[in-house]
Amino acid sequence: MKGNFKKPVQFMLVLVIAFSMLLAACSSDNNKPTPSNNGGTNNGGETKAPQEFRFTIGSEPPSLDPALMTDAQSGIVASGLYEGLTRLNTKGEPENAIAKEIKASEDGKTYTITLREDAKWSNGDPVTAHDFEYAWKRSLNPETGSEYAYMLFYIENAEKFNSGEGTADEVGVKATGDYTLEVQLNSPAPYFPSLLAHYTYLPVHEGTVDGKPEWAAEANTIVSNGPFVLKQWVHADKLLLEKNPDYYNKDAINFDKVTISIVEDESTVFQLFETNKIDWIGAQAGSVPPDLTKKMIDEGRAEVTSVASVYYYLFNNNKVPFNNAKVRKAFSMSIDRQSLIDNVAQANQQPAYGLVPPSIAGPDGKMFREVYPDTGYFQENADEAKKLFEEGMAELGLTAFPEVTLLYNTSEGHKKLAEAVVDMWRKSLGVEVKLANQEWGTFLESRKAGQFDIARSGWGADINHPINFTFDLIHPKSGNNDGKYNNPKVEKLLDDSLVASSSEESMKMMAEAEKVAVSEDMGVLPTFYYTTVTMLKDGFEGVISDYSGHLDWVHGSKK
Amino acid sequence: MLRFILGKFVFMVFSLFLLVTATFLLMNAIPGSPLQSEKAPNETVQKNLEAYYGLDKPLYVQYGKYMANLLQGDLGISMKKKFQSVDKMIANSFGPSLRLGLSAIVTSVIVGCILGMIAAMHHRKILDNVAMIIAVIGMAIPSIVLAPLLQYYFAFKWGFFEVAGLNAPLDYVLPTIALASGPIAFIARLLRSTMIEVLNADFIKTAKSKGLSGYVIVARHALRNSMLPVVTYLGYLTAGIITGSVVIEKIFAIPGIGKYFVQSIIDRDYPLIMGITIFYAVILMVTRFLADIAYVLIDPRMRASGGKGAK
Repeated sequence: MKGNFKKPVQFMLVLVIAFSMLLAACSSDNNKPTPSNNGGTNNGGETKAPQEFRFTIGSEPPSLDPALMTDAQSGIVASGLYEGLTRLNTKGEPENAIAKEIKASEDGKTYTITLREDAKWSNGDPVTAHDFEYAWKRSLNPETGSEYAYMLFYIENAEKFNSGEGTADEVGVKATGDYTLEVQLNSPAPYFPSLLAHYTYLPVHEGTVDGKPEWAAEANTIVSNGPFVLKQWVHADKLLLEKNPDYYNKDAINFDKVTISIVEDESTVFQLFETNKIDWIGAQAGSVPPDLTKKMIDEGRAEVTSVASVYYYLFNNNKVPFNNAKVRKAFSMSIDRQSLIDNVAQANQQPAYGLVPPSIAGPDGKMFREVYPDTGYFQENADEAKKLFEEGMAELGLTAFPEVTLLYNTSEGHKKLAEAVVDMWRKSLGVEVKLANQEWGTFLESRKAGQFDIARSGWGADINHPINFTFDLIHPKSGNNDGKYNNPKVEKLLDDSLVASSSEESMKMMAEAEKVAVSEDMGVLPTFYYTTVTMLKDGFEGVISDYSGHLDWVHGSKK
Repeated sequence: MLRFILGKFVFMVFSLFLLVTATFLLMNAIPGSPLQSEKAPNETVQKNLEAYYGLDKPLYVQYGKYMANLLQGDLGISMKKKFQSVDKMIANSFGPSLRLGLSAIVTSVIVGCILGMIAAMHHRKILDNVAMIIAVIGMAIPSIVLAPLLQYYFAFKWGFFEVAGLNAPLDYVLPTIALASGPIAFIARLLRSTMIEVLNADFIKTAKSKGLSGYVIVARHALRNSMLPVVTYLGYLTAGIITGSVVIEKIFAIPGIGKYFVQSIIDRDYPLIMGITIFYAVILMVTRFLADIAYVLIDPRMRASGGKGAK
C-alpha cells in the first residue's frame, strides 16, 4: 500500500486546493493607495514647497457626522473639515468664524447671530443660517440617534423635542434670513459663544445629509465647509486632508496636505516620530511611551501641557465607612500626591486638591485656578489623617475597619496607581484596602449601580468652563455623581450659579460649591490633574494642545 | 465523494446556526451595552438611542430580527463606527490580514519544511540539533516579544525597513517573520518526527537500493509521505493566521481584521461582534473542509474511510 505512488500532478493539486482560496481573495483587494501619490496642491504661481503635516491618532474617528461625534479623535479631524459659528483661539477663547457678529439680548437669553456671506460648502453652495438650524434640529431629532444631543439642551424646547414631546418648530433656533440666526436659550449662558465652537453645533449640508445617514462614513460623500477637505479615508488606516481652495479665509491656512494615520501602539508612534514619518506626538496619538517620558522631558524634546481632566477616586457616600466625612478626609489627607506623580504617574501631572483643572478659563480673562486656588482646600498630613480616621471610626461606632475594596477598570496604569494609594493608606492609617479590577463595560455598570466602596474615576471637559467639573461631579442630581455625594448647600450654590447676575458671580458660586464639597466634605478624592506630553518636529509653529489637551493643528505652519 | 462533501456542508451550516445563536445570547449576557459611556448619558438621549438600535425590544425580537437579516446576507451596521456596514468593515480589513497571513503561511511552510527535512536527514547529528534549536527558539519567543524586537532593531535602529504600515512589499518582511516564527518551528518539528519514521520504512530502503541519491529520495518519496500531519496543521494554521493577529496588527499598525475581534467586544458593538464571529467561523470551517479534501487526495486510505464516514 505504501508504495502506491501516483503522478506528482496529484501532489500539486493538493497544494493548489490548499492555497487557491487564499490566492483568489488576494487579488480582489488592490485598492490600497501608495503613500504620497498625491503631490501637494500648487496654489497660484508660488513655487513654495507644499507644506505637509503628518500625525497619528490612536483610534479611528467613529464618525465625521457632527451630530454623531462624541470623541477627541473625531473632534480633531472635524476641526479641519468643518467651520462652526465660532472657533476657539489658542487661548481657548471663542472667536467669530462663520459668525460675523454675535449679539446677546439684555436678559442673556436671546442671541442674534449674523453670518458672513462668503462661506461656501465644498460643493459650492453657500453656507447659510438655514444649514445651522437644520443641523441642530437634526441632532435633536430623536430619530437621528445623536448621543451628544444634550449639548444642545441649552436651547429652548430642545430637550422637549428630543424626548419626543415637542416638535421641531418649537425649538428655539430660527433662521430669520439667509444670514441671520436667532437662538432662544432656556436660561442665560454666558459661555454660549464657546459652546458654538463645539462640534455638536457645527452645520451640515441639508441636501447631502437628508435621508442619507451614512453620508459621513466615506470621504467621497462628505460635504464640508472648513479649511480642509477630506480627500481620502482608508478605514482603520489613514485619512488624507487637503487645503480647501474655496475656504473664505484660506490665507490663514498654511498646510497644503495633512496625513492622519491610525496607529494604536505608543512605542510604534514614537518610532515613527523618530524615523521622521510623523511630525507630532500627543494625547490623541497615544502620548509618549511612559518609560521614555522623563528622558524626553529632560532632554527638552518633549513638552508637558496641562489638560482639562482630573483623576480622582469616588467614595461611596452611602456606605459604611465612607458615609463619614472624617474617614473620607483621612483617606484623602494620607495620600502623598506629589510622590504618586513622581514615582507612579510620571508625566509631570499636577497634584489636585480640588476638581477644576488649571487649564480651565475663569473670570476676567484669568484662569479659574488663578482666581480660586485649590491649594488651601486641605493639607496632606498623615498624623492629622490618623487622628481624623480614629474620630470618624468612633463616630461610626466601629472598632475594626470593615472590608473595603478599591475598584478600577483594568489597565496597567490604573493598577499601579491604585497599588501605590493602597500602600499609602496602609502606612498612614493602618488599614488594608483590597483591590479589584473590572473590564471597562462591567466597571461602568458597577460604578453606576453604586456597587463599590472606592472607585477610580476620571473626568474631562466638553467645554472650557468650570461648570464641567462642578455640576457634573458634585451636584446631587448629576448622573455622573456615582458616589452619591449629597450636600444641600452645594446643590443650592450650584443651582443659584446658573441664574447668577454675571459670569463672575456665577463662577464664584461654583468655586464656593467646589470648596465645600472638597474641603468640608471630601465627597470625592481628587488625586491629580492630567497632563499631556507632546513632541513636535522642529520648524512647525502653531500646532498646539488646547485646554483639554486636544491637538489644535488647523492654523499651524511649517518653516 | 460528493456525498462526503454534502454531508460536511450540511454539518457546517448547522454548526454555524448554533454558533450564531450562542454568540448572540452570550454577547447580550455580558454586562455593559453598546451605549455605555463614562459620562452619564442624558435619559432622553439614552431612550432615543435604545429605540434607534432596537435595544429596547425584548431579546427574542432582537434575535429574530437579526436572523431574518442574516438570512438575507445583511450583517447590519456597526454601532460604534457610525454607518459603516459590517460586511464592508470585514471586507476592507480582511485584505491586509489575508495578504500578510498568506505570506506568513508560505514562509512557514517553506522554511519549516526545509528545517524539518534537514533535521530528519541528519538525524542525531549537528545539523539536526541546529535546526531543532532554531525551532525551539521560534516556539519559545512569543510574537508579542519578537515583533517589537524586530521593529526596534531592524526598522528603528538600523533602518532596514519601515517601522509600521503595509505600503510596499518590503513592509511585509518584519510582520511576516513575527507571524511565521511559531508555525515554522511547529512545522519543522512535525515534519522531522514523521520523516524520521518514513525514512526507516521499507520502500525507502528499496529506493536506496535502487541507487537513488539521498535528496532525491527525500524530495520524491519521503516528503510526500511525511506531509500528512503538516497538511492537517495547515488547515488550522490558515484559519488562525489569515484572520489576523491582534498583537502584530497593533505593533505594526496594520489595518487588519484582528483588532476588530477584540475591540468589538470591548465596545459591545453587537453587530460587529456577530459579523466577525460568523466570518471567523466560516473561515475556520472552510479551511478545515479544504484540509479534509486535501487529506483524501493525498492519502488514498482516507478516501475509503472518508466515504464511509459520510455514509
